[in-house]
Amino acid sequence: MSDVADRVKKIVVEHLGVEEDKVAENASFIDDLGADSLDTVELVMAFEEEFGIEIPDDAAETIQTFGDAVKFISEAS
Amino acid sequence: MFDLTGKNALVTGASGGIGGDIARALYDAGATVGLSGTRVEPLQALADSLGDRAHVLPCNLSDPEAVEALPKQAVEAMGSVDILVNNAGITRDNLFMRMSDEEWQSVIDVNMTATMKLCKGVIRGMMKARWGRIVNVSSVVAAIGNPGQANYAASKAGMIGFSKALAHEVATRGITVNAVAPGFITTAMTEKLTDEQKKGLLLKVPAGRMGDPQEIAAAVLYLASPEAGYVTGSTLHVNGGMAML
Repeated sequence: MSDVADRVKKIVVEHLGVEEDKVAENASFIDDLGADSLDTVELVMAFEEEFGIEIPDDAAETIQTFGDAVKFISEAS
Repeated sequence: MFDLTGKNALVTGASGGIGGDIARALYDAGATVGLSGTRVEPLQALADSLGDRAHVLPCNLSDPEAVEALPKQAVEAMGSVDILVNNAGITRDNLFMRMSDEEWQSVIDVNMTATMKLCKGVIRGMMKARWGRIVNVSSVVAAIGNPGQANYAASKAGMIGFSKALAHEVATRGITVNAVAPGFITTAMTEKLTDEQKKGLLLKVPAGRMGDPQEIAAAVLYLASPEAGYVTGSTLHVNGGMAML
């Protein structure tokens, strides 16, 4: 697993309080990991800080799963 | 009770009568305070009379760039903003038939839009801290209206609706958003009224007297305190009974 994926997973595990093995490639933050809409905003804020990038609102809306996040951040950073 | 030691509070309109007393009440409860307002001199005088934990942060809330910069300046000065008191407000009274778009817009901009922008500027830090207090100073006229103040009443009612919506969104993060709605309070503004005018106003106030700015400050202090953690989306009316809501 890439370095980006590891760091994203760590944030998701810490923020949502879920088991690491639940954070699969296609795991949806809201449907599978119990996030509410505010959690998803906070996750995006945490990703921005961890990776020193800016994630615009329209892009943030497309980040629904763990895989989406890793893909977006890998391309952006 | 109401110990704010270690908390950092940003108060707008601190150069005015009510804002100054709000800042003093928060300071006396142990908070570090950022005093914002347009007039530097009274802010500095207030800071000097308070002590080391008071910071002067001048800001003209009708200047969008200055509004944007204020939360950052407050964080630089104090380290964080745990408590935000949107107290600053302006009036541009006129009969609605005569009210210009400019009179309308300037009041909406300062009272409502600046409030929204300052909330936006501090909410991220509060979300991370899992603690925050936002107190928006509205007015009794938000609830009952007042001739000549269509713009002001709209802006103050807007603050209440805004507070409730935001309160819903951030409640799970330990952040409360409330409003305080003062009635007739003794300030430089109301001091200008003639005795005749005051008498007329007081007929509507069961308490039979004007309110003291400290009585508004006490309401704000309560809502800013850890003890008020289960109070959110509410409006605390402090008006001597002139509107019992």
